[in-house]
Formats: sequence, structure tokens, C-alpha cells
Amino acid sequence: MRTSYLGLNLLLLAIVSACALGLVSSQHKARKLFAELEHEQERARSLDVEYGQLQLEQSTWAMHARIEKIATESLRMRAPEAKRTQIVERGSLSLRQRETGGAP
Amino acid sequence: MNFATSPVLALTLPVWRSRLLMLLFFAGFAVLVGRAVYLQGLRNEFLQAEGESRYGRVLPISANRGRIVDRRGEALAISTPVKSIWAIPEEARLTPEQLSRLAALLGMSPQEIRRRIEEATRDFVFIKRQIPPELADRVAEMRIPGLFQVREYRRYYPGGEVMAHVLGFTGAEDVGQEGVELAFQHYLAGKPGSRRVIRDRLGQIVEDVGGVRAAQEGKDLQLALDARIQNLAFSQLKNAIAEHHAKAGGIVVIDVVTGELVALANLPTYNPNNRTRLTGAQLRNRAFTDTFEPGSTLKPFTVAAALESGRITPQTHIQTSPGSITIGKATIHDAHASGLLTVEQVIQKSSNVGAARIALSLPAESMWNMFHAVGFGAVPGLGFPGEASGKLRAYHSWRPIEQATMAYGHGISVSLVQLARAYSVFARDGELMPLSLTKIDAPPSPQHVLSVETARAVRHMLELAVQSGGTAPRAQIMGYRVAGKTGTAHKEENGGYAAHKYVASFVGFAPVSNPRLVIAVMIDEPSNGQYYGGAVAAPVFARVMEGALRIADVAPDAPMKPIELPRESEVVKESI
Repeated sequence: MRTSYLGLNLLLLAIVSACALGLVSSQHKARKLFAELEHEQERARSLDVEYGQLQLEQSTWAMHARIEKIATESLRMRAPEAKRTQIVERGSLSLRQRETGGAP
Repeated sequence: MNFATSPVLALTLPVWRSRLLMLLFFAGFAVLVGRAVYLQGLRNEFLQAEGESRYGRVLPISANRGRIVDRRGEALAISTPVKSIWAIPEEARLTPEQLSRLAALLGMSPQEIRRRIEEATRDFVFIKRQIPPELADRVAEMRIPGLFQVREYRRYYPGGEVMAHVLGFTGAEDVGQEGVELAFQHYLAGKPGSRRVIRDRLGQIVEDVGGVRAAQEGKDLQLALDARIQNLAFSQLKNAIAEHHAKAGGIVVIDVVTGELVALANLPTYNPNNRTRLTGAQLRNRAFTDTFEPGSTLKPFTVAAALESGRITPQTHIQTSPGSITIGKATIHDAHASGLLTVEQVIQKSSNVGAARIALSLPAESMWNMFHAVGFGAVPGLGFPGEASGKLRAYHSWRPIEQATMAYGHGISVSLVQLARAYSVFARDGELMPLSLTKIDAPPSPQHVLSVETARAVRHMLELAVQSGGTAPRAQIMGYRVAGKTGTAHKEENGGYAAHKYVASFVGFAPVSNPRLVIAVMIDEPSNGQYYGGAVAAPVFARVMEGALRIADVAPDAPMKPIELPRESEVVKESI
């Protein structure tokens, strides 16, 4: 009688210890994963910052005044004269495309 | 002597002594237990807070200010994080080599850094504000004691001076101070949040505790502005001001279909990215906050009021001979006597006498009603900081001479934005559009202020004014029908009019068959010989309109024929 209780108690003790260890290790794992998540979120934030800086850089390079200067000065481009411009009304373009079988 | 025979053992002590001692011990334990129960059970907030502060931290979550983009999504203002370097003067101990290295990194002289640290009166001093994060990282690597960094936001404006007056700028705390940045502060500003976390001994965050107050990012604002048209308007205005040695100038471009403000530029201006040495003149947004006496650009409204009253038709003859009219003690002059003119010709040739005669045939009230209906004397209501209402006096105080001069735009003051908006009445068959700074999807419902017939009649007169025989042939564009009116006014100074200081202006729209854009140009004190609106402001209008119509994909409504300009001497001189 006494011995069987002892066995049960020992078994329960082992289970409890296993659970406790499991809890410790899973908590540890959770924290490690959380730290990793945190790290990735930090990376996302810094990428966001970099994105902002790149946008800024893009719009600085793409400023109209700069493009116009390069186009006229170093590339010697100019707006086409009116007599060399043909105005294509909306709608008529699609009509012609249909007539020529889609070729422009 | 051995222990067992010690006489001390033979002594007997009274029993109460040991009892007392035991009681005292128990009392001591009871106090300790009581205190422990009190601290940990009953009033445990203090210890819990202390404990948490050992491992828990409240971290701020920063929120970005929203971007400002133009109507096509091009970025006009972006906030990006920067670092500021600050020091606690007593703790900052720099070795000479650290000092010179730091100075080289920050682009300052070693003496300047030393002076900043030594002359600080508080226990906190900024060494350098708003430096790029990469640079700040290199400063951090030096591990100088007493030197710290704080994250701040800095707003950048890629457009620089071109957009400066529309966008405005933000202060050091990223709070809007001028222009759109101020007008839309609540929309653009983000709300920083915070979170409580547990950190391990390495400083890594291992857990979130408690609720996270999420940061609210600032929203992006899409303006009605078109960066391409804005750039065109700005550069043409700049050229004109340089060419005519003018003091200042402004230009406003409005899409009359939607009421959107497509471009707005003023000169002189400033670079919002570098705002040291700013003057008030540079900061002034003339188009919104300054009013001026518009001169002849107001004549079409006088004529519209008369047409609405039914007293005249476009073909009614008005006697302008002998080129002057005397009302009371004052005399109004025309540039040259024209004799009998039709109402159309009064506008086309910009006759002051004709406009005055038309005005005097009207009750003051109906003229006032017209000016008021098209928005003069009232704030345009875009929500822009410092919008001016201009000056329109109540009609019962008008004397006849005032009514006559008001007919051609004197004794009344308007802002350039008001003037541009008022012309949308002629461009839109009598409808006044509410203006918008931001891009809108569905146009708001306009206000009906003129009959369709009157609006069309005046539109035709305005078209005559830009053709040969009018005052502004240089406002014409190849391929498009244009309508508009010049204005040339003496500047008001010290209560009178300055003899040789003028404000030249032009307001017009195109294409006449289906108007799309209204452009108003104002040049302040052109002083290089020419000062007529038709010679100074009209060419700016034409160049900007031509480019803007092409950018906006507006189909031409006139044959592509080169424009024949009359010789300068043949252009009708406007009456001032």
C-alpha cells in the first residue's frame, strides 16, 4: 500500500519537474523569438527610413529645373515646334489602330 | 580549573530574564513579518513599480509626419530622421585628438565645439543639430563620455524655392509654421505612441508588457499643385522680373473645371531647406496675403454688372470723346481720345472714360453686388494662413467719383488669388468655383453669379482684347483661342498714387471654346522702360498658358498658325 503511493508520488514528481523544465525552455524560446521579431521590426523601421531618404533623393534628382537644364544644355533638346506637332484626338487613335490591325 | 567545576555554572538566574528576552525576540519577528505582509500584500504598488523599473522600460514609438505630394504623386516634402548631438558640459571630457576628430566629422572647428561646451549655462547643450544618421553613427563609435544623441525629424523640400510659398515649412519640432504645412498641420502630423517592454541584461527587448499605445503615422497630403506647371510658372515669372527689373511678382494658375489651385508662385522667394537670413519680403506670399489696386482687370466686372441690369448691350455706343470726363473736381483720362465706342470696344481698348460712364449709369448697389458676388472684399476661404480679403467699401459710402474710378479698378483692392478666381465666372458661363488647395475627385457645386448670356458676351470682349486692336496681343498662343484683360495701375503710396511706380497685371483663360485654365500674373514695379500690363505681364501669361495647356493635354481649338504681332507702336495703349 505504502509502496504504491510512493511510486505514484515519484511519477507525479517527475511529471511536474518535466513540466517545469518545459515551461522554462519554452519561455526562453519565446523570448528568443521575440527578440528576433524585435530585431526584424527594427530592420523594417530602418528600411522605412532608407526608403524615405531614397524617395527624397529621387525627387531631388528628378527636379524639373534640373531636368530642363540638362535637356537643353547638355543634350541640346528642345520642345517641338507647333508646325511639326500633330494633335491626335482621343478616340481617333483607337479607330486607326483598329483599321491597321493593331499596329500603331 | 576545568569547565565542570566553574563557579559560573553554579549561578542560578531568575526565570523572568529568559522569558523577557524570548518575548523581545518574538516581538521583533512579529514586526518584521507585519512589515513584510504590509509591503508585499497590502500596499505592494511601490515595490512592484520599483521592481518593474529595474527591467521594464517605456519606449516611445515615433511617428512620421506625412509627406506632401503633388497631383501626380511626386514628393514635395518628406520628413526623414536625423540625429542631434548633445552634451552634458560637466561630463564631457574630450581629449585633444577626440576633439579634432569630432570637429572634422561634424564640419566644425575644434574651438567652436569647445566654446559650446564651456560656455553652456545649462547642463544640456546641443553640439550640432540635425546631422545625417550615418554621420551620427560614426560619432557614436568614438564613445566620448558625456556626449549623447537624440533622434529628430527633419523636413526636406526637394523643390526648394520653386514651391516654397505654397508648401511653407516646419520648425525644429516638425510643426508647421507657414503655408500648407501650417494649414494642414493636424492632418500631416503623426501622433507618437509608447510601449512598455521587459529588457534582459543585454538590453534586448524580450517581452511586451501592458498595452501598446500604437503610434499614428501622419497622413500623406496630395495637393492640387502640378509640379511641372508650377516649375514653368515660377521660371517664367522669374525671367520676367529679371527682364523688367521688377521689385516683386506673383502668378496663380487655376483649373476652372474643378477649382483646383494648379500653381502659385511669388517672387522674391526663399529656399525652405536653408532658412538662415530670411527677410519678410521673401517670406510674404503675395498672391494670398497682399492686396493691390488691380486697375483695368476689373473693367469686365463693371461691364458685366451693366449687362446684367439690362441697361446696355455689347453693341451699345458709349461716348468717350474728348478722352476725359470730369466728375466733381476730379478728371478721368484715357490714354488717347477714341470717340464713340461700343461696349465691346471699351473693354478691348480699355477705355477708362467708357468704363466710368457705364458705371455711372448704374446704381452703386448693383456694382457692389457684382464685386461682392465674384468674391472681392471677402476671404477666398481656402484655409491658407493669412489669406487677405481685400478692400471693398459698403456702397452707401461711395461718392460718384469713387464709383467711376472703381469701374476701372481703383479705390478697391484685391489679392491675386481673388482676381484669378473671379475670372472663373467668365470662363465658366457665370459660375464661381470654390477653390481647393488639395486634389479633389468630384468638383464641388459652383455658385451661380452671372447669367450665361452675360458671361459669354464678356468672354467675347476679353477675346477681342488679346487680338490685334486690343491691349494685349502678346497674350496670344499659337493653336489656342485666348481671352483676358490687362491691368496697369499706379501704385498707392502714402495715401496718394506714385507717379512712376506701376503694378502691371494680366488675367486670362484658355481655350476660349471650352476654358480649362485661368492664369493671373502680377508684376510689381516694372522699371525697365515698359510698364503696361500688355507688355510686361501678358507675355508671361502666354508662355505659361502655352506650356500648361500642353502639360494638361488640352486639345487646341484654333488653327496652328504663327501669331502675327502688331508693331509695339501699334499696340493700343491702355488707359491708366
